[in-house]
Amino acid sequence: MEYLLKGSWPWYITGILFGLIVPLLLLIGNKPFGISKSLKDISCLLPQKIFRQLKHDITPNFWRLYLIIGIIIGGYLAVVFLNGNATVDLSKATISDLKNIGITNFDGLVPSQVFNWEFLLSAQGLIIMVIGGFLIGFGVRYANGCTSGHAIMGLSIFSPSSLIAVLGFFAGGLLMTHILFPLLFTL
Amino acid sequence: MKNLKYLVIGTWFGILLTKSEAVSWFRIQEMFRFQAFHMYGIIGLAVVVGMISLLVIKKFKIKSLNGENINPAKKRLQFKSNLIGGFIFGLGWALTGACPGPIYALIGNGVLVFVVVLTAALIGSIVYDLIKKYLPH
Repeated sequence: MEYLLKGSWPWYITGILFGLIVPLLLLIGNKPFGISKSLKDISCLLPQKIFRQLKHDITPNFWRLYLIIGIIIGGYLAVVFLNGNATVDLSKATISDLKNIGITNFDGLVPSQVFNWEFLLSAQGLIIMVIGGFLIGFGVRYANGCTSGHAIMGLSIFSPSSLIAVLGFFAGGLLMTHILFPLLFTL
Repeated sequence: MKNLKYLVIGTWFGILLTKSEAVSWFRIQEMFRFQAFHMYGIIGLAVVVGMISLLVIKKFKIKSLNGENINPAKKRLQFKSNLIGGFIFGLGWALTGACPGPIYALIGNGVLVFVVVLTAALIGSIVYDLIKKYLPH
């Protein structure tokens, strides 16, 4: 039990457990693993009068809505019962790089000096949380998948579209991390 | 009630996302800076386990609980949209340190400001639906 409460579960355990969600969903209901379409499922719930232009051809996939409600519950349980908000055992190089751009507090899963309501109202906060969120939502729908649907599920079935999408993920991530992000913190 | 099983799997996924630290902005920074193996280990191993599971399912023609043949379809190859969309998502992933799964998990973790990230992502998804017919695919 004490082992479960330690900061991070080792990657070679969690990697296997993440991978097993693929056959679990297939065996239990023949569903493909993927989270990005949940955004569309949620927007299906909006009053169609307002978004008539969307002409959603489908009713929401309720199974996926249950899945994401579960993710929220799981996130809550992990923090409350499994010490889920322990400080991350980050590499020294990363800590040093992040200090250079002004991150000083390394407690918890995310930097509390960035992800709070006050910082949201700053230019950097708006760019990180609002523009960042928009890019995620627009990008995953345009790419037709995210880390779970393309990287894990798609690569598992040798899907060429997923390989291209994952290359795109990394191109965008590297450009942001190494070039745009440092500029953002010199604002 | 038939959807309750997905609630359970989602809960398990949320716990895993948190305890693996895949939800951590710090870990995503570390990944994109190639300064630790952690995230590569998780994603790489998950892909290998997913592949082996599917090979086993196909080899033994295992059916799903509702008696269907399991043969997940590959997503249609759309070079431009996969690459450009992926690139746009990559920018957002590195900014927020979250992909869609972790956005939900972080809200559960109590980082409630991620409700704003989720709302922005929903708007992004709606804007995509509105303009997709003008985009290269």
